[in-house]
Amino acid sequence: MSAGGPHPPTVLGSSAHGGLAVAGHGEGGHHPRQQHHFYTMGQQLEASILGMWVFLVTEVMFFGGMFMAYIVYRTWYPTAWAASSNQLNVIMGAINTGVLICSSLTMVLAVRSAQVGSRAGQIVNLILTMMFGSTFLVVKYFEYAEKFHHGLVPGPNFNPHHVLPDGTIEHIALPLGSQLYFSLYFMMTGIHALHMIIGIGIMLVMLRWAIKGRFTPDYYNPLEVSGLYWHFVDIVWIFLFPLLYLLGYNYRG
Amino acid sequence: MSTGHAPITPVRTYVAVFGGLAILTTLTVFVAHQEFGALNTPIALTIAVCKATLVVWFFMGLRYNTPLTKVTAASGFIWLMIMFGIGLSDYLTRSWIHVPGR
Amino acid sequence: MTPERHSYLDAPYGLKAWLLTKDHKRIAMLYLISITIFFALGGFFAAGIRLELLTPKGDLLTPDLYNKFFSMHGVIMVFFFLVPSIPATLGNFLMPIMVGAKDLAFPRINLISWYLYVIGGLIALTVLAMGGIDTGWTFYTPYSTIGSSTNVSLAIIGVFVAGFSSILTGFNFIVTVHRMRAPGMTWFRLPLFVWANYATSLVMILGTPVVAITLCMVAAERTLHLGIFDPKLGGDPVLFQHLFWFYSHPAVYIMILPGMGVMSELVAAMSRKQIFGYSFVAASSLAIAILGFLVWGHHLFVSSQSIYAGMVFSIITMLVAVPSAVKTFNWAATMYKGSVSWESPTYWVVGFMGLFLVGGLTGLFLASMGLDIHLHDTYFVVAHFHYIMVGGAIMAYMGGLHFWWPKMTGKLYNESLAKVSAILVFVGFNLTFGPQFIVGYLGMPRRYHTYPDEFQVWNVASTLGASILGMGYMLAFTYLVYSIFKGEAAPANPWGAKGLEWTTTSPPPTFNFDVDPVVDEPAYNYNPTGKGVHVG
Repeated sequence: MSAGGPHPPTVLGSSAHGGLAVAGHGEGGHHPRQQHHFYTMGQQLEASILGMWVFLVTEVMFFGGMFMAYIVYRTWYPTAWAASSNQLNVIMGAINTGVLICSSLTMVLAVRSAQVGSRAGQIVNLILTMMFGSTFLVVKYFEYAEKFHHGLVPGPNFNPHHVLPDGTIEHIALPLGSQLYFSLYFMMTGIHALHMIIGIGIMLVMLRWAIKGRFTPDYYNPLEVSGLYWHFVDIVWIFLFPLLYLLGYNYRG
Repeated sequence: MSTGHAPITPVRTYVAVFGGLAILTTLTVFVAHQEFGALNTPIALTIAVCKATLVVWFFMGLRYNTPLTKVTAASGFIWLMIMFGIGLSDYLTRSWIHVPGR
Repeated sequence: MTPERHSYLDAPYGLKAWLLTKDHKRIAMLYLISITIFFALGGFFAAGIRLELLTPKGDLLTPDLYNKFFSMHGVIMVFFFLVPSIPATLGNFLMPIMVGAKDLAFPRINLISWYLYVIGGLIALTVLAMGGIDTGWTFYTPYSTIGSSTNVSLAIIGVFVAGFSSILTGFNFIVTVHRMRAPGMTWFRLPLFVWANYATSLVMILGTPVVAITLCMVAAERTLHLGIFDPKLGGDPVLFQHLFWFYSHPAVYIMILPGMGVMSELVAAMSRKQIFGYSFVAASSLAIAILGFLVWGHHLFVSSQSIYAGMVFSIITMLVAVPSAVKTFNWAATMYKGSVSWESPTYWVVGFMGLFLVGGLTGLFLASMGLDIHLHDTYFVVAHFHYIMVGGAIMAYMGGLHFWWPKMTGKLYNESLAKVSAILVFVGFNLTFGPQFIVGYLGMPRRYHTYPDEFQVWNVASTLGASILGMGYMLAFTYLVYSIFKGEAAPANPWGAKGLEWTTTSPPPTFNFDVDPVVDEPAYNYNPTGKGVHVG
């Protein structure tokens, strides 16, 4: 178990370490960002990365519950699923997918900028990441507005319809199970959007720290770990897009 | 003093991964328009898994992380499969038994 | 004297220093206080239930109020007491010390987890003030989504927040055990308490999010009309049960595994002997955690779940009893020919073993699908899980609290009173829940406030038992609190036990060890081969 075992004993073997237990910052080679309870920066970084991955596992299970409901009802109501999927705007969905992929690229470039010591790179890429994220949310807003417009929100006002150019209302007949589809659509994309909003908030904090020059090639843990979160939110969308938007093409109404 | 950070990946690698993701996205939209019957869903999911793998391996840097971190990442996926698999074992086998009147 | 040599209780001083602390030991004590409050509240509701059930008629509480009493009892005891209990108090206090670290991996997140617990608790209290909920702690649909007019959504928020607190604790423990062990502290030298809490943390991480999203779906159905479980829209109420029990069954392992960890520590210390079959006990913690995720359908035997799925769940449920049995045998084998001292922790240990045994064996009755058809929703089930949760988990919690009390507070409690309390709890407990097996087998359903006259004698016995049980707990609370103010100062190692926590002072200094430990002996090294733990 040595690969995943305790930090290298060589650091502890030194007699200076006994003093480090009560020493303040900067003594005995302490990095200013090293927290008291860690022996080395390497240990601190490994703990942070492992910690964020453990947290992402909880997020996988969190979204997973909704995917479970999706799978069950899709097996029960395949036609409702396809017919409802047809109501979604694939172009907006595809744009959003593209936007998120771009944001993942800029995110990883922001982290790389810290790795190579480029403060400008960090700032530019973080701003771009947030812009892509915000674009996603704006597109989402328009998508949701369209759903409201067409009466596709589940509940007492569920009334799928088109409004034709001459003003008449054309009802769309959706089979039983469609309200379940839209309930899951709103919950899944809604909670995803919430995670996006939180992500943008986190990036604002990262941007502030980047501007202050807090990230250097030997310490950019918060940026790296926030990046992991951001990529995870992208991955959720990678699955949501085909599962929600791309079902209806082969549906024979 | 080693801080344990991963080696620096060239920008072109990241751009190549981005390109791969863009291509796969286009592919999945294209395939959805084709008629593969029951295969449409598995194909779409396979493409999604490929995209996710690219993000995890390159963008999230899992390739440079410790085996423990890799196991952690995998365990989330595995647990999801446990929930789906055993949960579906109920829904897919309910019709196997014939109850009079149903 | 450098500041670090003061005990963690003394320095730094002041309310703000406590409320903004990053010290895992202080956070453990903050949790101890808040958890005790919720235990008392849950106990109050239990008292209400038992008083109502003294007579066959519903003459104390209205039916609606009775529904609220058992619902609040369940929600508070499960989410606000049992799930956090050992991990957040004893676990927070001991885990870093036992692995030889100065703190958990993420001290600030540890503090946040306590604040989340408190916020969740305050929300639960608000729900209480607004009339409580009546859905049972299980929130089954469609009653929780469509039928109930109580504050279900707010209760869900409270449980969600408390669940997030639990996730943060688990995530902290996992990273700590993997990355913060002292030099020489290999996995197989770790105390079994660490293994148990590690396994518990895996369950917290993998299970809690699912109940979180499931309850979100219920709240969404209530507030936003997103009818995911609504039969009129084609939804399946049983899907809720699947998703709910996917967490809630592993949750019972969250509640018992840490207690088993405490048991291993106490059995070894009180027997002055290496735990028999250490690696089997360690492995069985992991086995329970993993297998525990595969059995949730045994709560759905009488729903419309497929019988074929039920068969699979039934068999795996019987399998999950095996690692628990392994542990019980190994504890017994440890005590056999050990040098057992009958101090107060031993009383709790022996009580646990007997009661957990009964609870575990009766679980096998329920694992059998055919028998469960008759026993489901009767008092047999209630008795079964209380034998595990109260007879097992709470006795282990009390035992652990007593064993480590001198370490955590630096004070000794009154030994004789402690023994009396353990006996009162044991006798009271059996009198409360033993009759419930009988009356459940005879057909008395749970969650009803009236029952046929012929069951009264058993119910009266049960209520009498509950009074004795309550007295036992109140006695313990009294002498433990008293000891904080008037107790004798405790030495570093009052029990003569092995383990890193006993090598430091009682109470420990803020950074746990004056000099960082290096470990070169196995755990529970009661028959030493000459080496010891040398500190520094």
